[in-house]
Amino acid sequence: MATYLLRRILLLIPLMLGITLITFTVIHLAPGEPVEMQIAMNPKVGKDARERLQKFYGLDKPLHVQYITWVTHLAHLDFGRSFSSDNRPVVDKITERLPITLSLNIIALLIEFGLAIPIGVLAAVYRDTLVDKGITVFVFLGFAVPTFWLALLLMYFFGVKLNWLPISGLHTLGYEHYSWLGRLWDLARHLFMPILVASFGSLAGVSRYMRSAMLQVIEQDYITTARAKGLPERVVIWRHALRNALLPLITLAGFSIPGLIGGSVIFETIFSIPGMGQLFYQGVMSRDYPVVMGILVIGAFLTLLGNLLSDISYALADPRIRQG
Amino acid sequence: MLRTSFFYAVFWPRLRRNRLAMLGGVAVVTLFMLSLLAPWLSPYQPATINAWNVLQPPSWHHWFGTDELGRDVLTRVLWGARISLKVGFVAVGIAAVLGTAVGLVAGYYGGWLDNLLMRLVDIMLCFPAFFLILAVIAFLQPSIWIIMAIIGLTGWMGVARLVRAEVLAIREMEYIQAARCIGCSDLRIMVRHVLPNALSPVLVAATLGVAGAILTESALSFLGIGVQPPTASWGNILSSGKDYIEFAWWLSLFPGLAILITVLSYNLLGEGIRDALDPRSLR
Repeated sequence: MATYLLRRILLLIPLMLGITLITFTVIHLAPGEPVEMQIAMNPKVGKDARERLQKFYGLDKPLHVQYITWVTHLAHLDFGRSFSSDNRPVVDKITERLPITLSLNIIALLIEFGLAIPIGVLAAVYRDTLVDKGITVFVFLGFAVPTFWLALLLMYFFGVKLNWLPISGLHTLGYEHYSWLGRLWDLARHLFMPILVASFGSLAGVSRYMRSAMLQVIEQDYITTARAKGLPERVVIWRHALRNALLPLITLAGFSIPGLIGGSVIFETIFSIPGMGQLFYQGVMSRDYPVVMGILVIGAFLTLLGNLLSDISYALADPRIRQG
Repeated sequence: MLRTSFFYAVFWPRLRRNRLAMLGGVAVVTLFMLSLLAPWLSPYQPATINAWNVLQPPSWHHWFGTDELGRDVLTRVLWGARISLKVGFVAVGIAAVLGTAVGLVAGYYGGWLDNLLMRLVDIMLCFPAFFLILAVIAFLQPSIWIIMAIIGLTGWMGVARLVRAEVLAIREMEYIQAARCIGCSDLRIMVRHVLPNALSPVLVAATLGVAGAILTESALSFLGIGVQPPTASWGNILSSGKDYIEFAWWLSLFPGLAILITVLSYNLLGEGIRDALDPRSLR
């Protein structure tokens, strides 16, 4: 296990460098240097600020030196300062918003898997029956519904028409005066639609995947054995088959992270949730280079971390990997 | 990719039998015709502003209602189909060509080149695709061509992996050795002998990819960084739908349904093609 872990972690280093290299390339796609752009947008930037910025980006030096300087800054968690009027360090801006996005996505991931697993198992167990067909229809619809459209429809029904749920933000105005239970309830009401939208995004895909994993397992000899020795079908399916069908899902959880993080731009923008996705969107709209690049790098690192975690849990769950 | 005999003997009969796939196929063709004929079918001009006719609910004159500038929504949805399909096809074309080339070279040559290209795939897959697309657009002016290029350039990795896996198996076949023995160049072997047999997963990925690209474009336009008004796109109609959600549900409903139906049809067709090509699903 220790060697496996070590090998897996060492493999991260070239990937991280690759991520920074691609991000660096993206910055240099821009016509006109970031400093010029910032100056063009903000005439108040004086000569000293210009020089300071040029020095920060090392724009007077050749490309490879610029790259090394930038990566060195990154390694010290220095992402530069935001171009927006508050001029705060990008790291601060990201770290105050990251927890919101992360916790939303983790809750969404849990709900998504909690629903997708039973749905997939049911479809596999009742293969080719009405249940399976109904689920297939649901899955195909789920693939095809644009998440932002779903968000709009939910906003219309629950927010506008029925007026049951708030349609934006995380808190009601003046929520500080509520009891802690009231605050929790307030938060839950605000989070209901965003989390529903976030978890719906890949629910269809995961349940489809679960179905095929389960179908494969059910054909194995040990399932026939379990049935032959007279175990009730319930135990065969939910204990013997499910445990093995769940293994590939661990990897899938790792793979679904970039989709979730990318999707947070959409639902955070629609529901005005002050998370990383909204910050990214605002950064894009106002051409706030340091913010966009910082989040791009962090988003990719989070994916890498998620993949590492899912690989480790896979190894913990499956001794064949650990010892192989 | 699909040899004529295989096409008539196996592929087509199997696809014909799959009712859902045929439904998807018919819808795909219909959508294609609708978007092609949009200038003649649409009852109004897509950009004609009519200040006396703002935000009217669906009626006999305006089946899908009118938008905040009094434009006919049905017309704009029809014209939006042209944009969506164009983006879908061009973006997927870019992704398919790039992915096939990378997968072919990586699988055929193997060794360090394979290693390098596959690590590039790994790295590209780390970026949340939507972030990468947004970041690039932030630095360039959004235009329909940029959007097509970016969606294509961030969507080739899956195809590359699929093609590589096929090529790895084909490379070991005897007919490849035979081709090598009679002195075919690497390029000739790759293009004439390996490629045609490695293309069937690309066909599936491309069909499903059109659906994905249409979804991405509509999300970008919805966020206001995709296709720019006054050009109609399903995403940017929905974007104004969001602003007027309290007064005009029709602005949000119809373009969304258009996306849903389009994506659904491409997915059904793609899954059908996958099943028809799958040797394991012989039934």
